[in-house]
Amino acid sequence: MSDWPLLSLVTFLPLVGAGFIFLFAQGANELADRNAKNVALMTTLLTFLVSLVIWANFDNGTADFQFVERFAWLGGDIDYRMGVDGISMLFVVLTAFLMPICILASWTSITTRVREYMIAFLLLECMMIGVFCALDFVLFYLFFEGGLIPMFLIIGVWGGPRRVYSSFKFFLYTLLGSVLLLLALIYMYFEAGTTDIPTLMAHGFTAQEQTWLWLAFFASFAVKMPMWPVHTWLPDAHVEAPTAGSVILAGVLLKMGGYGFLRFSLPMLPLASDQFVPLVFTLSVVAVIYTSLVALVQEDMKKLIAYSSVAHMGFVTIGIFTFNTQGIEGGIFQMLSHGIVSAALFLCVGVIYDRIHSRDIARYGGLVNRMPIYAVTFMIFMLASVGLPGTAGFVGEILVLVGVYQVNTWVAALAALGVILGAAYMLWLYRRTVFGTIDKDDLKQILDMDKREIAFFAPLVVLAIVMGVYPGPFLDVMHVSVDHLIQQHQMAIQAAADGAGGAQVSAQLAAK
Amino acid sequence: MYHAIVFLPLIAFLIVGPFGRVLGDKPSQWITCGAVITSAVLSIVAFWQIALGGGDPVKVEIASWIVSGTFDVSWALRIDALTAVMLVVVNGVSALVHVYSVGYMSHDPHKPRFMAYLSLFTFAMLMLITSDNFLQMFFGWEGVGLASYLLIGFWYHKPSANAAAIKAFLVNRVGDFGFGLGIMAIFMVFGSLDFDTVFAAVPGQVGNTFHFLNWEFDIITTICILLFIGAMGKSAQVPLHTWLPDAMEGPTPVSALIHAATMVTAGVFLVARCSPMFEFSPTALVVVTIVGGFTAFFAATVGLVQNDIKRVIAYSTCSQLGYMFFALGVGAYPVAIFHLFTHAFFKALLFLGSGSVIHAMSDEQDMRRMGGIFKYVPQTAIMMWIGSLALAGLPIFAGFYSKDAILESAFAAHTGAGMFAFYAGMAAAVMTAFYSWRLLFMTFNGDPRASQEVMSHVHESPPSMLIPLYFLAAGSILSGMLFVHYFVGDGHQAFWGDAIFMGPENHILEAMHHVPTWVKIGPIAAGIIGIFVAWLFYIKRKDIPVNLAKVHHEVYLFLLNKWYFDELYDLIFVRPAKWLGRILWRGGDGRIIDGYGPDGIAAMVMHLARRASALQSGYLYHYAFAMLIGVAVLVTWYYTTGGGH
Repeated sequence: MSDWPLLSLVTFLPLVGAGFIFLFAQGANELADRNAKNVALMTTLLTFLVSLVIWANFDNGTADFQFVERFAWLGGDIDYRMGVDGISMLFVVLTAFLMPICILASWTSITTRVREYMIAFLLLECMMIGVFCALDFVLFYLFFEGGLIPMFLIIGVWGGPRRVYSSFKFFLYTLLGSVLLLLALIYMYFEAGTTDIPTLMAHGFTAQEQTWLWLAFFASFAVKMPMWPVHTWLPDAHVEAPTAGSVILAGVLLKMGGYGFLRFSLPMLPLASDQFVPLVFTLSVVAVIYTSLVALVQEDMKKLIAYSSVAHMGFVTIGIFTFNTQGIEGGIFQMLSHGIVSAALFLCVGVIYDRIHSRDIARYGGLVNRMPIYAVTFMIFMLASVGLPGTAGFVGEILVLVGVYQVNTWVAALAALGVILGAAYMLWLYRRTVFGTIDKDDLKQILDMDKREIAFFAPLVVLAIVMGVYPGPFLDVMHVSVDHLIQQHQMAIQAAADGAGGAQVSAQLAAK
Repeated sequence: MYHAIVFLPLIAFLIVGPFGRVLGDKPSQWITCGAVITSAVLSIVAFWQIALGGGDPVKVEIASWIVSGTFDVSWALRIDALTAVMLVVVNGVSALVHVYSVGYMSHDPHKPRFMAYLSLFTFAMLMLITSDNFLQMFFGWEGVGLASYLLIGFWYHKPSANAAAIKAFLVNRVGDFGFGLGIMAIFMVFGSLDFDTVFAAVPGQVGNTFHFLNWEFDIITTICILLFIGAMGKSAQVPLHTWLPDAMEGPTPVSALIHAATMVTAGVFLVARCSPMFEFSPTALVVVTIVGGFTAFFAATVGLVQNDIKRVIAYSTCSQLGYMFFALGVGAYPVAIFHLFTHAFFKALLFLGSGSVIHAMSDEQDMRRMGGIFKYVPQTAIMMWIGSLALAGLPIFAGFYSKDAILESAFAAHTGAGMFAFYAGMAAAVMTAFYSWRLLFMTFNGDPRASQEVMSHVHESPPSMLIPLYFLAAGSILSGMLFVHYFVGDGHQAFWGDAIFMGPENHILEAMHHVPTWVKIGPIAAGIIGIFVAWLFYIKRKDIPVNLAKVHHEVYLFLLNKWYFDELYDLIFVRPAKWLGRILWRGGDGRIIDGYGPDGIAAMVMHLARRASALQSGYLYHYAFAMLIGVAVLVTWYYTTGGGH
């Protein structure tokens, strides 16, 4: 089975589903809508199954890329090349896991242009999975930027009242990054003669090249993360996006920045990465504290969770740039757990938004009286977001902190301070919405979660706890690849310190 | 057996938590009570085998938890003498509180939820005390914090309860900030978080320094103080004590279990567990002594004037925890644990007794509206007397043995900090006796101050509430005299084994027997003086306290308002945080980042477009002029740059 083109299958299966909907669910009647939904659900479930097959056949013992596929594509040395390693594989699974949940979450809340909505989501899934599978820079770039188009549409068509403003803002931010990433890509192609990612990793750019390329990458990845101060598109995008859009935004799209750092900046530009650590640490620490303080005073539930995402992503960048095992594994784990937890938190907002059509915190209160199941679910994710030991949020946070403590105690102490603030805004949010007495008339009739909602929350709850109590299966996937990454990094730094030039570095790396 | 002790309460929680409403009240109560009582009985067996019987410590590996490079942490149980003592305290009190709650919460609509939370708490506390490494301890540590948060806010319709729950969680988080940094430092220095590995390597690090923040610090001292910050949060030591009195918003059984007998003693347990580390840091021990001594004194002064019956006992708990800490600080770890052990009985008794009073008085907690109910609730009143006698440390009662030993050891330390703690402790002892009897007299004696309506309902509690009181009363009388030999007497070495480490120069347990006679009888005298003054003030001459409060009005207000700690924190932390948040949001994100970023660029583009359209005036000479200028610029540029060839 492992010689099947599994990665292409998992990437393009959603596209097949989209085509199916496009061709066969014609017309704007109810039947077509229902068919479109069913096809989308089936497709995403099937994709998820394929991703599980990939995980089952994944070999934790090697740092090489697995399930590799390669075909000649654009000529030159630009090939269609796919493959995953211990860093990217779980993101494929995460994406495929969240998609059926998104479809289910949109089941009743989306009533206009259902077909197009489902097609947009399937297209988005194809692009996102492609990002994590691509082993060619051009292919990666296509998926990376292509994924934004369906996202723009989802916000712009099915979004809230200020959707145009927020998608335009999103666009402005990403535009600059995209252009610079493209420039870096072109430069690398002319310099190395190929866009093959593993080859580029071993190419060994000179220190000066690395600095400029790193900054170009940074412009793109930092916006995606998002890092402070280029984060202000995120709260607006979240607020306007439909629930499932927010889920994907928080659950997967934010991970692409971190993945970019791990796949490109660190291995290809080790010297520059090392050189820019102070910058990354500073921005990340500012992000953790600044956005936590801002989250404290938010009146809009989605904005609050969006700001908390920025703070959590600050932990990820801190972890990645520690260059040690705990930090990087913690960073990856934090991305995975944040993918589960923040996605679930946005779904929690969606549940009550569907009923009351408001995201205003002051609009709620006392929900526990009418919605006990909802209260428990929300509580679990609130605690996971706070990083309570035994939940998914804790493992990543503690690993990052342990990792960075060995490098820089100031960063560790300040980031840990953010953990206190994190508890403050989440508990405060929970108290204002769920606890207390009901004093608003429409809340007195509000209904608890129905079977459909329980069905898509159940796996999220299970994962949030299993990942906290027994994170072994997830961490095991990463160990070898992360160790390999760190080794390569240290060798490059060492070689540079020995006075070797770029060419020699590459020769040494190639020899290994 | 050890699996059962720890996991039975978890199983009970997992059954009753999600399915309690389906199961109904009675089965939920049976399941949770049954699980915890079984656990308690097994704990006594473990105590018998490992502590009293001198058995070897037991370790049970369960599963691996977090593995990342050299960072390797497992789920594992460790049962040694120290754990065994804690097992008896935790499971014993928890079982009694479970049973008590059946009666106390009989009018509450959410019985299964309450019982499930109690079981969850018990499980988390058991994880804390049986852990074999720092990280699992942290799991239990935060787990009890969660259970405490849930139980303080159990009556979620009360805004004050919600506020108190959040406050408890956040203040504890501040402490955990220190604990967490301590754990990180331990891993960096020792490369492991397992107790055995770390403790074995401690002597090798004595005197070494490392870079922390911008300074060079002594490794062991820094780690100890960071851990102690965590202990301060959980055990409500100044300045992280403010959450404990507010936590009294929770139902009374919770106050007895969590905020008197078990969770708040976790900090004491932590320091005792880390005795192999603290023993090598005299500086950290001095800090512990001073914080403990000061808290003992401070909390007692506040307890003098409080009017809420539970708050008086809460401040008393705070003060008694201070005693335990300064005992730890002078190196008398066994003495501290001994006091933890006896205190659990009499403080739980006092809380459950006050719960019985509150129950009888139709949920009235203000002592100014009580009085004269002795003859209606005689059994409760006698239990409260027993608890108070034990707390005041009068002979034959449990507190007599442990509190005496603490004050003697503080004196015997013959250090500046020790003497400070000794005098603070003596002063606190007088005040302890005073506020305890003030409580008893105001509650049970004198004329009734409650309404006719309330008084007509005053009734003795049901057996499910009284029986746990009997057990605790027996413990309050007997636990001191029965176990003093093992905990701090000649049998202490056989009893503790290697569970508590005391350096070769630490002879405090021996030295405390050789203190002057006045030190030995001092605590008893302090207790009697306090009781006498209370009798004088509240029975004989009731005008004295009123006049005193009038004459020294500022002092009275200062104490009544708990030294204004809450107001101070509000002023320097809460408000600035919100203010800063607002500034950063509107100003930082809105005006600066968006203003000069996307919005600014958009505005600029619009502006330029408008200017550009203004240029399209339609007049031919405008265009011609523009072209001319353009050509001129191009030509100039060409000649200045390209012309050089």
